[in-house]
Amino acid sequence: MVGELKDVYGIEQMAFRMRRRILDMSLRCEGPTHLGGGLSLVEIMAVLYGSVMNFRSEDPHWPDRDRFILSKGHGVLGLYTALVEASIIDEETFSQFKVDDSPLIAHPVMNLDLGIESSNGSLGQGLSLAVGMAWAARRKNKHHKMYVVLGDGECNEGSVWEAAMSASQLCLGNIVAVVDNNGFQSDGATEDIISSAQLAEKWKSFGWNVREVDGHEVSQLLTALTSDLPQDRPTCVVARTIKGKGIDFMESNNEWHHNRLTQAMYEKALAALEATV
Amino acid sequence: MLEITPSTARQWSRIGSRGMYGQAILDLASDCEDLVVLSADLGNSSGLDRFKNAYPDQFINVGIAEQNLIGVASGIAKEGFVVFASSFAPFITMRASEQVRMNLGYMNLNVKAVGIGSGLVMGFLGNSHFGLEDVAVMRAIPGMTVVCPADCGEIVKTVRAAAVFDGPMYIRLTGGPNSPVVYTEEYDFRIGKAITLRHGTDVAIIANGSMVAPSLEAATQLQESGVSAGVFNFHTVKPLDEDQLKAICDSYDLIVTVEEHSIIGGLGAAVAQTTASWARRPRQVSLGLPDVWGKTGDYHFLLDRYGLTAAGIAKSVGLALQK
Repeated sequence: MVGELKDVYGIEQMAFRMRRRILDMSLRCEGPTHLGGGLSLVEIMAVLYGSVMNFRSEDPHWPDRDRFILSKGHGVLGLYTALVEASIIDEETFSQFKVDDSPLIAHPVMNLDLGIESSNGSLGQGLSLAVGMAWAARRKNKHHKMYVVLGDGECNEGSVWEAAMSASQLCLGNIVAVVDNNGFQSDGATEDIISSAQLAEKWKSFGWNVREVDGHEVSQLLTALTSDLPQDRPTCVVARTIKGKGIDFMESNNEWHHNRLTQAMYEKALAALEATV
Repeated sequence: MLEITPSTARQWSRIGSRGMYGQAILDLASDCEDLVVLSADLGNSSGLDRFKNAYPDQFINVGIAEQNLIGVASGIAKEGFVVFASSFAPFITMRASEQVRMNLGYMNLNVKAVGIGSGLVMGFLGNSHFGLEDVAVMRAIPGMTVVCPADCGEIVKTVRAAAVFDGPMYIRLTGGPNSPVVYTEEYDFRIGKAITLRHGTDVAIIANGSMVAPSLEAATQLQESGVSAGVFNFHTVKPLDEDQLKAICDSYDLIVTVEEHSIIGGLGAAVAQTTASWARRPRQVSLGLPDVWGKTGDYHFLLDRYGLTAAGIAKSVGLALQK
């Protein structure tokens, strides 16, 4: 980012604060939130907004900013908290999550004033949009990148693979996709529905430069997202993650895919999070 | 810059709507450096081969992938380019319907989606390729403008107007080669503004796309039997020209809408829905395609079957006037 670059420790601290905010906002909205898939992508978002991406907090419209698209739109808990950390969304706006008429709802709504590049929620659409934006950037001789976060369940969508073919065919080295490979989707384990075991091989066979990392290891993510990215083909980082990461009773427990956090559960969750430090 | 004259109108008529779209795009390119044109492996079928050869850096064939077509087009439009994306009407409006809804609709991205070969013109290729419901689908998306040009000259006008129009649009191309001519000289075309082609007193025929020319001819035939028919080109289905429609409602006792589209959700439905609450509201008859999967055949055979010819329209108007 433009401004203070965070080191590994700084990003880990940022991830911790994001998780705490995720619990706070889930409690405050008094309704169900996509906790599991929001918690799994926290380190990915912290690395992107804490170190990798170029943007200007005071000018979210900056034309040369890196573009971020949350294709797995239900992961907003990870996005909004990253945007607060990045000083693009202020506390007052953040407190309006899931309030009537709020700009911050359960899926991203395009609003560049708040650093939200695109509207999402219908899975399988973000990568195509990024392909177009990446093509446009190259045509304009611009050097910013497109970062797209997808879910492993989302990769069930055929349109993801239409876009994947297109990105490699067009040699778009300015796209970096991250798959939050948490092993679960809405109805259960991906293994029992559409297996995500061979995801890396699939992306490779579609012509992408593929890296596999532990999606909660900041240093691995940093290396995968920054070092020696090829110019002539897109990169996909398949990040092994844990759904519900950081809150022991939520981890790999798909009941927390979309669930309500009661006061008692919140306190238990906060204690579990504190115990991870 | 292409100009409508009796001579060009004749030439273009032979080419038909698809080829004309490509020519209009090629013509636009010379003074629109931000133009980007996409196809889902139907570039040649969209008449875009000359554009593709002349401006290879501004043309993308995304392959047989209409969902990606709309997403990629939207990403390019988001970065400020003037973007046209085309495919056969059902593929671009229904295969990629949700991409259109999210990108052109929800995000209001400035893409011109062009449905080629809409209506029945694909003939023996069958219902899989027909554009029967495309207007209904596109009309229902908030923020979408829907335009259906009447002839090749109006395709040129529409493409020009679309290029400087800020907002998403669906352009529906109907009719085939050797299509009838409506306009033989330049005229004032504005998106959202209907055009009075002929004044009358007994019936107002409201048509668009391929049905404008036969409606005009039907009016001539009706005149011979003493019926005075006005003919109106409502090329823009959405937003519908309510001022013009109000003037029609004030002057006529019968409206007949004519379109090469399902009677559900198209021009006739838009007119009926708009006038439904008006105090002065003439009786309306909607001509179009019935709500069935018909057997298919040659284009002109099908138009004749569904009464979408000059004689068929005149007959329907005559019957409506008797009621």
